[in-house]
Amino acid sequence: MTEAIPHNPVEPFLRVDRMPHIWCPGCGIGTTVNCFTRALLESKVDLNRVAVVSGIGCTGRVAGYARLDSFHTTHGRAIPFATGLKLANPGLEVVVYSGDGDLTAIGGNHLIHAARRNIDIKVICVNNMIYAMTGGQTAPTTPATAITSTAPYGAFEPSFNLVQLAESAGASYVARWTTYHVRQLSRSMSEMFQKRGFCFIEVLSPCPTLYQRRNKLGDGLDTMKYYKEAGKIRHGAPTSEAVLTKQGEILLGKFVDRDRPDYLELMRRQLYEQLGDRYQEAEVPVCA
Amino acid sequence: MHADPKGVLTGVHFLDGDHACCEGALAAGARFAAGYPITPSTEVVERFAARIPTVGGLFVQMEDELAASIAIQGAVWGGAKAFTVTSGPGFSLMMEHIGYAAMTETPCVFVDVQRGGPSTGLPTLPAQADMMQARWGSHGDYGMIALCPNSPQECFDLTIQAFNLSEQFRTPVMVMLDECVGHMTEKVVIPPAEQIEIYPRRHTAEPPDRYQPYAPAEDLVPAMAHAGEGYRFHVTGLTHDERGYPSMNVETQDRLVRRLQAKLRPLAEGLELFAASDLGDAEVAVVSYGITSRVAKRALQLARERGVRAGEFRIISAWPFPEDRLRALAGRVKALIVPELNLGQMVYEVERAAAGQARVRGVPHAGGGVHDPEQILAAILEAVR
Ligand SMILES: Cc1ncc(C[n+]2csc(CCOP(=O)(O)OP(=O)(O)O)c2C)c(N)n1
Ligand code: SF4
Repeated sequence: MTEAIPHNPVEPFLRVDRMPHIWCPGCGIGTTVNCFTRALLESKVDLNRVAVVSGIGCTGRVAGYARLDSFHTTHGRAIPFATGLKLANPGLEVVVYSGDGDLTAIGGNHLIHAARRNIDIKVICVNNMIYAMTGGQTAPTTPATAITSTAPYGAFEPSFNLVQLAESAGASYVARWTTYHVRQLSRSMSEMFQKRGFCFIEVLSPCPTLYQRRNKLGDGLDTMKYYKEAGKIRHGAPTSEAVLTKQGEILLGKFVDRDRPDYLELMRRQLYEQLGDRYQEAEVPVCA
Repeated sequence: MHADPKGVLTGVHFLDGDHACCEGALAAGARFAAGYPITPSTEVVERFAARIPTVGGLFVQMEDELAASIAIQGAVWGGAKAFTVTSGPGFSLMMEHIGYAAMTETPCVFVDVQRGGPSTGLPTLPAQADMMQARWGSHGDYGMIALCPNSPQECFDLTIQAFNLSEQFRTPVMVMLDECVGHMTEKVVIPPAEQIEIYPRRHTAEPPDRYQPYAPAEDLVPAMAHAGEGYRFHVTGLTHDERGYPSMNVETQDRLVRRLQAKLRPLAEGLELFAASDLGDAEVAVVSYGITSRVAKRALQLARERGVRAGEFRIISAWPFPEDRLRALAGRVKALIVPELNLGQMVYEVERAAAGQARVRGVPHAGGGVHDPEQILAAILEAVR
């Protein structure tokens, strides 16, 4: 007897030979990957031309599961790797997929400079408010009073507002969703593929194992309830208002969608202006 | 394969070592450089930034050396030949990504124009104190190739060779200048493109469905694919199997890390570079590299004038270290004199190679200048007394 195996539409996008994945039950990272694969499907980008670049962390493992050209780099350095990849081969759609600690602590300097340059890379930042991979230490995103393994009496450092940071540094597209808002998240990801320039999507995502549980906030499901209730969609809201607190309101939506010339456009324009016909655009790939 | 003439500035030039190094990179086919300014190395990328727009490629000034040293690797996986350039403090910051290049077998070139250290040290003055850092600076076990030019002409020649070796062995290669060699100006002859041999990228001939990104060829080096070609491969700094997938166990670790070292064995067993003169009758040899080899040359002349049978052994590839040659030499001479602009680095390698057959005497210098030839001469005279 042959029984049709139920076909998961995201399977062609995943390295099924690497399953099961390492993520815990209730973890939000897998949900974001689902949204990502849907966005790839909907936006009809040529999958052979998409590269995923990750740093290190639980989220950093996304690169290893995506059946695309994928690079698992070093902690914090996904963006500069992606910068080199994109500039050497501008025809690629380069997606950086990494955690909040990776992208905004050790890699924070690269984030702001890539946004300033408006390099045409698409950043998906999974924010679980913690360093998960290493056991739940304080991150620049950890809200005040939250308990972490390195702040056993509660965090007290002011935290980063990532969407405001990305906007101020010059990003062309900035949005925030949660793993409850899957439809909106996929749509944002699709939209990002249509954009040229530096794009930044923050996705709030539960880490039940190390954040929710330690803070007595329940499991993944409780976090979905919180995201649903506290999430307030206000497209175009000033990012300065999108501050996150431990259990307060979560401002969501597309905050920034603007057109600025990207790095390569500016570079080419300047070089043509100065060098005229002597300027030689790089051939791709630059080395046979 | 011959050099692409677009990058080759054929002719006779008067160049400093930094600029010659840049011309070497262009001749070798480098079409991407990323850097962060630091004395005394910046001239390399300054020239590259001026030259590359008319050659076809680009330079990007990154926000720090961590960024520069990984941006070049992104560029390599995008299809380019790429390099970065730095000095002491920046070299320290690049260490993690030298390990990443070794682990992921990303061919790329790092140029380190050595200055006095530790820390900020002597930004504008020479040293040769990064030699062990070049070999061992990143954590973990891996093989290393590091070349030491002693003239602008060699900066040109060895930079080409560095790119060729990095492509042949798929490994990061260091070009270890020192401030003196970087800033000295001499005649540099750049041959026509068709006289410059280029080792092409080892691109896979397999179709995507049969391609295993880390399955080694007979010489232990795997073939590469580039992003965007439909291979949909994975690259990770984690211990990985032949498919490129993370594999956290002792067997995979053993297989991979041993291969990373073993693939350089042909280089260590015969292709290592050195230059020798007057060793036929020598009872003492001076072993040196970089700018110090030029000071040693004068000391050797003075020694010969006094009737001392002294010869020269110049290390060109510090890594792999020319161990067998030095061991053979140690069997024929009374002493090996090792002047270097540090308080003792390569001298210990020489001692190890000599294995007690000859006396080994270092002539240390803390950096900031070069030796007085008389210092080296004194060591030679003492050795034969
Ligand atoms: C240079 C370096 N420092 C520290 C680490 C250890 N480390 C691995 S992952 C990580 C934090 C990851 O946190 P985040 O980016 O938020 O990702 P998550 O695991 O939460 O998804 C750290 C500190 C490392 N791998 N490399
Ligand atoms: S530790 Fe947290 S972030 Fe990591 S897989 Fe588990 S739930 Fe997800």
